[in-house]
Amino acid sequence: MYVEMKHINKNFGDYEAAKDINFGVEQGRMVALLGPSGSGKTTILRMIAGLERQDSGDVVIEGKVVNDIAARDRGIGFVFQNYALFRYMTVYENVAFGLRVQKEEKQKIHSRVTELINLVGLEGMEKRYPDQLSGGQRQRVAFARALAPNPQLLLLDEPFAAIDAKVRKELRGWLKEMIAKVGITSIFVTHDQDEAVEVADDIIIINEGRLEQMGSPMEIYKKPKTSFVAQFIGTSAVLDDFSGFKGFEDLPKGKQAIVRPEFVEAFKSDNEKFKSLMHATETGVIKDIAFRGSYQELTLEVNGILLSTNRSLERRPVRVGEQMCVLVYRVYILDETDAEIHKNQLLKGVDIEAL
Amino acid sequence: MKNQESMTMESSKNQKGAGSGEGKLARCLLIGISVLFLLIMLVFPLVEVIYRSLKEGLKMYGDALTAPNTLSALGVTLIAAVIALAVNTFFGLCAAWLITKFDFRGRQLLSTLIDIPFSISPVIAGLAFIMTFGRMGWAKPLIDGVNDLFGTDISLVFSVPGVVLATIFVTFPFVSRELIPVMQAQGSAEEEAAAMMGAKGLTIFRRVTFPHIKWALLYGMILCAARALGEFGAVYAVSKARGKTFTLPLEIDALYMAGSADSITQAFAVSSLLVIMAIIILILKQIVEYRGKREQ
Repeated sequence: MYVEMKHINKNFGDYEAAKDINFGVEQGRMVALLGPSGSGKTTILRMIAGLERQDSGDVVIEGKVVNDIAARDRGIGFVFQNYALFRYMTVYENVAFGLRVQKEEKQKIHSRVTELINLVGLEGMEKRYPDQLSGGQRQRVAFARALAPNPQLLLLDEPFAAIDAKVRKELRGWLKEMIAKVGITSIFVTHDQDEAVEVADDIIIINEGRLEQMGSPMEIYKKPKTSFVAQFIGTSAVLDDFSGFKGFEDLPKGKQAIVRPEFVEAFKSDNEKFKSLMHATETGVIKDIAFRGSYQELTLEVNGILLSTNRSLERRPVRVGEQMCVLVYRVYILDETDAEIHKNQLLKGVDIEAL
Repeated sequence: MKNQESMTMESSKNQKGAGSGEGKLARCLLIGISVLFLLIMLVFPLVEVIYRSLKEGLKMYGDALTAPNTLSALGVTLIAAVIALAVNTFFGLCAAWLITKFDFRGRQLLSTLIDIPFSISPVIAGLAFIMTFGRMGWAKPLIDGVNDLFGTDISLVFSVPGVVLATIFVTFPFVSRELIPVMQAQGSAEEEAAAMMGAKGLTIFRRVTFPHIKWALLYGMILCAARALGEFGAVYAVSKARGKTFTLPLEIDALYMAGSADSITQAFAVSSLLVIMAIIILILKQIVEYRGKREQ
């Protein structure tokens, strides 16, 4: 493990920002700390950086406990949420700052700064001041500046929050590519799951100062371990009682269930492909059809409950008010803290994935 | 400051109300009131000072300025102002830094304490100094102890050090009050960024914080100096020896209170000295404000 957090606790007055946080990040990985705002994810990042001190527990970097090492001596690159560029310095001076502080030779500084400015594609902007740059360009400067002193670890606090939505997507790809190119271990904080899924190798989900789950985006999506993760990731409808549905009669009563669009299949009653599964379906009426670009999102009323499903544009057209057969493959049943997957009992022995 | 606000208000009104007769009338009325007020309250009295000081001719004016008491008062005033400026710049920076860059219990209280000299009458401050450091004061043995130890003869009341202390007290808030809003607006992200790149405290201050606050700092220092030169009440309480510990405002008061036609003219002559200093400070202030704004 390159970075390890061991039993980290941190309080700000009554507010618990971190409760017994444990995780490790391997060298060369790109990890996202994902959670709603106020969940404590930024505090965790700042504790790794040394900008905040944990009340108890150890921060370990490269096998060394760094609790008592000041931020400036940890050798970590940090990209701040609003970039915190030095507004009275030019782009060149911003990038050179870390090298100047370390009293590098002038020649060396010049070649390193030029190299980085070329890397992030800001040639010709060296003499500009931060307020003469666009949001995306500022992010590039912040990135180059953080990398200049050759850190072994890069931390990024909401790196895309200050950029408008249009450019954000493009920059995500850029940043992922850059980090892969440099090969630096990095941890970034975000509240946007799309961002985490798209950019990170691993995702750590934080809620109310607790680590809910760590894993690859696929793992977190397919096997949420806690009820929070099940609700936070993906789009999902939370239903109070699902035990009335066909195939789910044996569900424990009074527990909440989560149904994602991809758990639901809707088809016309004359559909040949699903003929063998007719016994497991309920009848639903289409209440709404929303066009989502490459697919349609259908909202169906089934047994007085609204479920949604995505329908490919290649399939036969449907209209509002039409009766459909609705099949639910599986649901997540929520406990106080855990999420458990329950399959449709009537589909036992059917190879759903082959459909 | 006030003056400038009313001017910017007027100019924005100018744009809005242009064309409409009512707006024009209101504008003329407001300008008229402001100008009249300034004339009566500021310009006439100041012109009077200059006029009176020169009434008996330049020779009298020169004599008044070079009288031993005046020179002594000028010296004490400058000493007090320079020391107060240096001390308050340093502590003002420290206090502003502490209040804006750190989070600790009692921060709000400290911020309020800094403002006390603004809200307390300077005379009370002077009297409090006498009660604390004077013959009857609780801190007197402490000072005696220091004097015994180093063989010095420092006295904090009815002496120049007392005048300096009183001046420091009265002018304490100016620098920090100017700095706090600027530093608060800046936040500490840039400093943190510099720290993450390995910079130490002094480098961070010199290269990151200072460029940001320099105009506010200079502005605060100018206000501090202006107030230090003109302070009367607090100094009056701790300074009783004319020709030794009197400052210019006290000297002016003494001359004026003497009551003879000559001494009153002398009082105005000495006053003109302070007026000239004030005008110089005003010009400096305008330059600093202008340059500070342009740089933003």
